[in-house]
Amino acid sequence: MKILVTVKRVVDYNVKVRVKADGSDVDVANVKMSMNPFDEIALEEAVRLKEKGLAAEVVVVTCGASVCQDVIRTAYAMGADRSILVDCPQSPEPLAVAKILRAVVERESPGLVIMGKQAIDDDCNQTGQMLAALLGWPQAVFASKVELDSAVAHVTQEIDGGLQTVAVNLPAVVTADLRLNEPRYVTLPNIMKAKKKEIETIAVADLGLDVAPRLKTLSVSEPAPRAGGVKVGSVPELLEKLRNEAKVLPERGTQ
Amino acid sequence: MSALVLVEHDGGRINSAVAGCVAAARQWADAAGVGVVALLCVSESASEAAGALGKEAARLKGIDKVLVAKGSAHGTPMAEALANQLVSVVKSQSITGVFIAATSLGKAVMPRVAALLDVSPLSEVSRVVGKNVFERLVYAGNVVATVQSDQPVQVATVRSTSFEGLGALPADAPAAPIEAAECVSVFDASRFISKALSVSDRPELQSARVVVSGGRALGSAEQYQSVLLPLAEKLGAALGASRAAVDAGYAPNDCQVGQTGKVVAPELYIAVGLSGAIQHLAGMKDSKVIVAINKDPEAPIFQVADYGLVGDLFELVPELTLQL
Repeated sequence: MKILVTVKRVVDYNVKVRVKADGSDVDVANVKMSMNPFDEIALEEAVRLKEKGLAAEVVVVTCGASVCQDVIRTAYAMGADRSILVDCPQSPEPLAVAKILRAVVERESPGLVIMGKQAIDDDCNQTGQMLAALLGWPQAVFASKVELDSAVAHVTQEIDGGLQTVAVNLPAVVTADLRLNEPRYVTLPNIMKAKKKEIETIAVADLGLDVAPRLKTLSVSEPAPRAGGVKVGSVPELLEKLRNEAKVLPERGTQ
Repeated sequence: MSALVLVEHDGGRINSAVAGCVAAARQWADAAGVGVVALLCVSESASEAAGALGKEAARLKGIDKVLVAKGSAHGTPMAEALANQLVSVVKSQSITGVFIAATSLGKAVMPRVAALLDVSPLSEVSRVVGKNVFERLVYAGNVVATVQSDQPVQVATVRSTSFEGLGALPADAPAAPIEAAECVSVFDASRFISKALSVSDRPELQSARVVVSGGRALGSAEQYQSVLLPLAEKLGAALGASRAAVDAGYAPNDCQVGQTGKVVAPELYIAVGLSGAIQHLAGMKDSKVIVAINKDPEAPIFQVADYGLVGDLFELVPELTLQL
């Protein structure tokens, strides 16, 4: 079985982004970029499934400009077998990405698509569900455990109150949550080898899809800072403030 | 034309996150000059509970009509069948805005609905600015984006803690009418197998009045329990945790408060031994009163805390528990 894994190039999670002075967008010039951490987890899961003999090939796909080659190199160093870069002039919206991925899926016919649950830049958490809907496939989102047989995936999902297990017929879309696995560190020899591997490039125009943005970002800003309060010197002082000033605790003796 | 709200429930009670979602939908509907329809999806067998849920939904302030879709497709709530049901109702009821609380189920359902309607949706809307303008947080809560959508249907999840619930109608007010909606067919390529809900005597994190949350400074799972649990018990509080504490194995996954975990807004949030990483702050900064206990006076958590107490948590928390 072939597994398709999607990866996105995003601002590194250690970078604190700044809003541009004119409030038009965030400033990503000269900022460290990396593979979206949830996509690393998705790729790690696919590589592990291959190492267990449950998958034959791991194909990674990304959508973006040619600079996105760096995350594909990382994916190769982690164990991907083949890669596709869908060349888009600008970062498409999740709906457009889902349409691009549908076209890739129709060409590649994977048995399973594993994706990160969300990208840490736009925090949308949409693309996996959208791809599944466009394909008419089942989905298992927020996965913390994936068990595969030839026709069905049993997926444990992180839900609000705990965990839930579903069975989805393959082909299906699975999205990875934080605790599905711990991605391996890439080794220097693997990084060197990755540099020589081929990246197939598809121009988005050749897919004949409408990928024009539907949403317009009017402005971005830093969230209004919450006014910090006071430091108190002791537990009794804290309790006095909570009872009499904030009034979130009942007065002493009334409990 | 109407707004549509998905009424998520567990078979017995309406999910507490629905209240904020109804408030957001009402704000949007008022801006757009339309009504609000609530959709309740229930299993075939749940006749009595379904009736009670329908009546409860019909008494929610801000709802003009309740639709009940009853059938085997909704035995256990599954994203695929719910999305198909929502799309069916959008088409039959001329819906122009779909609002779903950003619960784990809501996040799974909403993008499917949007894709099937060929619409670019908005995730975790935190403010309705107008009928086609919304605010949402991006970059782990570091940035607020104001986004315009001129599409024929608005599809969004709602960050419920950002909206004040409207509550129930007064006893003498007439309830909204309840109508049946045609149930979609079963989506049989996915099946529910089992659910393992965390067993806890503590209140549910997202609806608790008080939350006691711990960070990595607790040092171990045992100390997380032995230090925080007595305080939580005394306050009737839910237990939360920072991502660092969850990653270290001190607390279960579903305790995690933050942009990628739970978003909470209790009346009182007590942060113990956690530094206040920005992604954690995004999950709790709407709390009414924040107390921070940390030994590092420079910890960022003190910048958002109403009351900060600098010192050793292993001394201060038991002292606080004792004096309550």
